[in-house]
Amino acid sequence: MQCPKCRAPMHTYNRNGVQIEQCSGCRGIFLDYGELEALTRLESQWSQPAPPPPAAPQAYPAAAPQAPAWGAPHGGHYGGHRRHKSFGHMLFSS
Amino acid sequence: MTEDLLPALTARAAEAAHTRDPACPCVTATLALREDTTVVRHAATVAKAHAPDTDTAALAVRTAVAARLPGILLPPLAPAPAGLHGRPVTYWPYGTPVDPDDPDAAPWEEAGVLLARLHRTPLPEAVPPMRGPEKAARAVALLRGLAGPHPAAAPVLDAWADLPPWARGEAPAPGPVRLCHGDFHLGQLIRDPAPGSPWLLIDVDDLGAGPPVWDLARPAAWYAVGMLDPDAWHRFLTAYRAAGGPAVPPDGDPWPALDVPARALTAQTAARAVTKAAAAGRPLDEVEEWLVDACARMRSEPAAAPAD
Repeated sequence: MQCPKCRAPMHTYNRNGVQIEQCSGCRGIFLDYGELEALTRLESQWSQPAPPPPAAPQAYPAAAPQAPAWGAPHGGHYGGHRRHKSFGHMLFSS
Repeated sequence: MTEDLLPALTARAAEAAHTRDPACPCVTATLALREDTTVVRHAATVAKAHAPDTDTAALAVRTAVAARLPGILLPPLAPAPAGLHGRPVTYWPYGTPVDPDDPDAAPWEEAGVLLARLHRTPLPEAVPPMRGPEKAARAVALLRGLAGPHPAAAPVLDAWADLPPWARGEAPAPGPVRLCHGDFHLGQLIRDPAPGSPWLLIDVDDLGAGPPVWDLARPAAWYAVGMLDPDAWHRFLTAYRAAGGPAVPPDGDPWPALDVPARALTAQTAARAVTKAAAAGRPLDEVEEWLVDACARMRSEPAAAPAD
């Protein structure tokens, strides 16, 4: 469709489930019937306070599990290294 | 041998699959091709050629044990091993393994429960000894036999030398023996591809009578070395204990029981890593260094209690 204001072609975009037409010339926006209400509804949802964070995973020991004295210092190297090349392979072989 | 074996084994797997399902979709894959083991899949059937030096009578007993423990071990398709090119061959239903690219998704709880149930099984008559310590000794012997000196060999060999004889496979283990898997790792878990199927243990080659703590000691070693997330270790151990696993006390510190076999498995894993790196002419990677470093720390932290 053409922009009713400047006659440049308008392009359709989908924004959060709402179809809007925007003019490629003047950047003006055309809303169909009900689309303004839909956008208003979405806006009010965004401004609501964020839901509380999910509860912390339970069943984790209060203290780290016991480890032998010859073990890795500071409770281990895992974490940033977990994607190490030989890492996964070793857990799958003798 | 392997070059001749693979096509023959592939043909055998197809034959076995077609006996089970004449309308076979004929999907074939080589699942393992190691110097001592070849495993081939044809649709829902897997054929495994065991090592040339396998004790066939012992393997027959181990396979029969698997047939009798269907909720714990994958039952074989045929009760006795067959022969092919001088190798014993066993047949198994295909199962989906743990995704090697996603070890975090491994069924740690299920693994703990399966091992607890295995260890609680009354020891079958005539079952051979569990082969874990023997296999560890083999890995260390290969390290000792390296052609040139390797700077990482000494700490691993020292850690091994400090172990009590039972953990080196040179004497019977102290304490009660149970039915053990003998080579537990994440590659030893599969489940039927049908949705909701339970996980089962596979690979009976090292199964037998031994100290059940050996089966917990490889994950324990991974955790101690820093390879395994404490949460995964905790989940595994807690599930094992909750299922009545006898290898460690139900509460409290499990390390007095785990210490010696976890040292042995750390030394075994380090020995294999150093041997492989030396064969490939490459330096140790970071994880392999952790294993050697853990071995190096063992000498200054002697095992708490004489275990034999």
